[in-house]
Amino acid sequence: MREGVTEMSRRILDLHHMSLWVCVIVGIIVFGIMAYSIFAHSRSRHPVPASFSHSTRAEIIWTIIPVLILAFMAIPATTALVDIEDNSESDLTVLITGSQWKWHYQYLEAGIGYYSRLSTPQEQIYNLEPKGENYLLQVDKPLVLPTNKKVRFLMTSNDVIHSWWVPDFAVKQDAIPGYINEAWTRVDEPGLYRGQCAELCGMDHAFMPIVVEVQPEAEFDSWIADQRLAMALASETAVADRNKTWTMAELRPLGEEIFLQHCATCHQPDGMGQTGKYPALAGSEITTGNIPDHLARVMEGKVDTEMQAWAPQLTDLELAAVITYERNAWGNNTSDMVQPMTVYQSR
Amino acid sequence: MNNHASAQPSGRHPLVAFAARWLLTTNHKEIGTLYLCLSFLLFFIAGAFAMAIRTELFQPGIQLIEPEFYNQLVTLHGLVMVFGVVMPAFVGLANWMVPMMIGAPDMALPRLNNFSFWILPFAFTLLLSSLFMEGGAPNFGWTFYAPLSTTYGPPSTDFFIFGVHLMGISSVLGAINIIVTILNLRTPGMTLMRMPMFVWTWLITAFLLIMVMPVLAGLVTMMLTDRHFGTSFFDASGGGDPVLFQHIFWFFGHPEVYIMILPGFGIASQIIPTFARKKLFGYNSMVFATASIAFLSFIVWGHHMFTTGMPLFGELFFMYATMLIAVPTGVKVFNWIATMWGGSMTFETPMLFAIGFVVLFTIGGLSGLMLSIVAADFQYHDTFFVVAHFHYVLYPGAIFSTMAAVYYWLPKWTGNMYDERLGKIHFWTASIAVNMTFFPMHFTGLAGMPRRIVDYSPQFADFNMLSSVGAGLLGLTQVLFLYIVIKTIRGGPKATDQVWEGAEGLEWTVPSPAPRHTFETPPSFPGDEPDHAYDQVPGPRDGGDTDEP
Amino acid sequence: MAGILMNRKLQSKHTALLALLAVGMFGFAFALVPLYTVFCELTGLNGKTSGRAAVIETAVQESDRVVTVQFLARVGKGLPWEFRPSEPQLRVRLGKIYTTTYFARNRASESVTGQAVPSVAPGVAALHLQKVECFCFRQQVLTANQVLEMPVQFFVDTQLPEDIHTLSLSYTMYPVAELENTDLAQLRR
Repeated sequence: MREGVTEMSRRILDLHHMSLWVCVIVGIIVFGIMAYSIFAHSRSRHPVPASFSHSTRAEIIWTIIPVLILAFMAIPATTALVDIEDNSESDLTVLITGSQWKWHYQYLEAGIGYYSRLSTPQEQIYNLEPKGENYLLQVDKPLVLPTNKKVRFLMTSNDVIHSWWVPDFAVKQDAIPGYINEAWTRVDEPGLYRGQCAELCGMDHAFMPIVVEVQPEAEFDSWIADQRLAMALASETAVADRNKTWTMAELRPLGEEIFLQHCATCHQPDGMGQTGKYPALAGSEITTGNIPDHLARVMEGKVDTEMQAWAPQLTDLELAAVITYERNAWGNNTSDMVQPMTVYQSR
Repeated sequence: MNNHASAQPSGRHPLVAFAARWLLTTNHKEIGTLYLCLSFLLFFIAGAFAMAIRTELFQPGIQLIEPEFYNQLVTLHGLVMVFGVVMPAFVGLANWMVPMMIGAPDMALPRLNNFSFWILPFAFTLLLSSLFMEGGAPNFGWTFYAPLSTTYGPPSTDFFIFGVHLMGISSVLGAINIIVTILNLRTPGMTLMRMPMFVWTWLITAFLLIMVMPVLAGLVTMMLTDRHFGTSFFDASGGGDPVLFQHIFWFFGHPEVYIMILPGFGIASQIIPTFARKKLFGYNSMVFATASIAFLSFIVWGHHMFTTGMPLFGELFFMYATMLIAVPTGVKVFNWIATMWGGSMTFETPMLFAIGFVVLFTIGGLSGLMLSIVAADFQYHDTFFVVAHFHYVLYPGAIFSTMAAVYYWLPKWTGNMYDERLGKIHFWTASIAVNMTFFPMHFTGLAGMPRRIVDYSPQFADFNMLSSVGAGLLGLTQVLFLYIVIKTIRGGPKATDQVWEGAEGLEWTVPSPAPRHTFETPPSFPGDEPDHAYDQVPGPRDGGDTDEP
Repeated sequence: MAGILMNRKLQSKHTALLALLAVGMFGFAFALVPLYTVFCELTGLNGKTSGRAAVIETAVQESDRVVTVQFLARVGKGLPWEFRPSEPQLRVRLGKIYTTTYFARNRASESVTGQAVPSVAPGVAALHLQKVECFCFRQQVLTANQVLEMPVQFFVDTQLPEDIHTLSLSYTMYPVAELENTDLAQLRR
């Protein structure tokens, strides 16, 4: 177990060492006695067995001693837990939302938020390329936190139960749909810290890591400012994008890229889906039927299924492109094009 | 009990006679054999799933098995091992041995006994056939948490629910049978405090089964109605709570894991005294410790849920209650060692497996104690540290004790001694393999490897490779075990009635192989001293009883 | 054999009692559901607030203690709404009644019904967050493209444990399905 970079992670490591040593010592004593007996009381060395089968005194001793050991362990275990469960007086709050299969981070005070997805290429996973450093533990946009500030986390989920875990912080809390859970941390050292989802959540449970970049306070503040700026810029770009009329030659390739990145995991690159699980998009009613229904399905998701709402996750242009692609790929030759303006007006 | 063992020349085709015998038998020995055979078959199937899992985990990256299918394998491996291997094996051993140990001619409810068994092949065919259904087999882990299993489960989930109902019915009916048998059919003179420990542990296990299997049935029924009949027990959008699922599941689940070990404790308590040639130490405490463990098992379920957002006082309560279980469990371990101490031990295969059980189960119990420390559990939960813990208590725990029992009682069942040399080879290679497979998992878990993942970061690669090699070896040892069992059934040096020099108990007073019907008249069970397991065969153990070692 | 035969009646009694125990435990599983709800309502454990309006005492005790209440909003899958709090947080004095609103807009071109499900962190604070009026008490119907500002009138009572300084109140707005399709497997195809 690692020492980690918070006071709590160090205290937890101490608890771990304490219980480990107790177990090792108990094991050595108990197994040592057994080993001796196996040696000394084998038939060849001890042909006449003893006849005792009771000793009230011994039984009392080996009941009381374990109780005392347990009480000894319980005290630091209790004090550490009391401190861990104290979520009060935090400096900032981050709302963490798990979904299949990525995390979303929202800074409540700063008003910014974004998705964080695995960035390890599929080629590495399928052994077509050598595995990079931080294989499976890298994301496109890490969570950024300041040092020496108490950060309060609120966890929830959009679909199934996930669990947000960063071993270096010793923070692990389940993200439960419809409910919010709390946790907190205060990180002493700047750096990059990596964790993983810790509750089976479906197909890509192994592929939704967590990366936290902890920066000194001043850098963190300027990062927040940068994010706000980026959001504003993205809004401007979005305005430009939707005021333009796009051609099929522009939309389709972008759409295919988006599709392969976000949709192919379930619907498959060939659009055939998986029978009984993920519907085929090739020749489906939705992708060849009327556009508003297709838009609604992609933007809002489908209740009680793994089909997520993509409206918050993709820009107008990205949505327009991917829907255009779906309506024209794999033999769905509708020749339809969807413009970003149409998507924007549906929001 | 109306047809005799020797084949009647009734003009029936031998195949028909064979089928009729095994389909319709109400004989506890035959039903015991059926349970053990089913368990062994499912052991290979669930073991094959494990081999597939460990092959995929041999190296980082996805080589053979897609994530979706991997989750199905993990789920089925757990479900089949729990419900199809460990539980039926213990029931099979109970069926064979409990009536003989108490001097009864059969179980109290023989036809119910037959029905309890035959539900199972049907249930497992249903469960395993889900692999071929559209959408694949259940893929949400053997713990099938909502809403992954309710809202997002594949179509086969409904068959899974039906299968669980069937297995539950089988277990409950079997448990009723065992309790009624033990309470009513003991030979005169065998008071409760003079029963063999295997019978005691099964009596207590049977009560646990009756209390918690119906809770599981209620839970999967709620799953079914959430899926199809508009209820929202576990769905927040309808006012429900996914965490409620976990509470109900683990209220079943924790006693369930004690169901999966108590009979093993009983087996150790039979075998160790035999090979130490010394009475079981502290019989009364063993009974009370077993009962305490069973009682405590009902109030610790929350220790599986420490990361769900439980408030502080809940965490503290479950931590203290869980730590407490170490006390009666420790008493049992110490009593086994005290039985060995001062004895005159030989180390035939059953004794080797029993000792291996005590040592390795204790390691699993100690890692369980570490897990109970809530703050540390935040780093252990849902990692391979937990996987290591429960595989230690289940494999060297439940499975080794079952193997010990098979070696111990095979001569009584078949009339033939198994090959001792091969048995020892089995023990040593299995012990090495089991440790090679599961010990490294403590380290990968501590290093940060989560559970139920198809692919992992390369920092975990070396230990995973070691585990996978160990698993391969472990699989091979099972083939050796199968070979040994079949060889013994087919022939071997003839066994005496008593089989083992230090063995005591009514079961060793009948011939080997045990005749189809035993104790049709209740045997005499003389002696009235309390606290003695039994006093049948005079021998070195009959030297009276002193209080001090 | 005689001893066993005489025991038949007792055996039947045991069998019946054990079967009754099994059936009883099956019922107990279902009983755990309301038991859990009651336990959570009493202790606030799972962060659910009551679905019933709190009664305003004629003289509401105010105290000097001030805590922060954060407001969060989430939209469930399949709901074509924009949904957000009008203000991200409020500093509130215990015992005093406040009103805040949530803003909802239906993007779809037909009428859609939603149900808000609240959750409070820390869980135990849920007991003390008393809602006098809340849009979560009933389903909300928005017609095509309708915009609605929905009020929440609440107070944090003075029994709030000393060590709590910040409460987070989150609403998840879920779509209320037309209840013909109860077979979810159908929906997925």
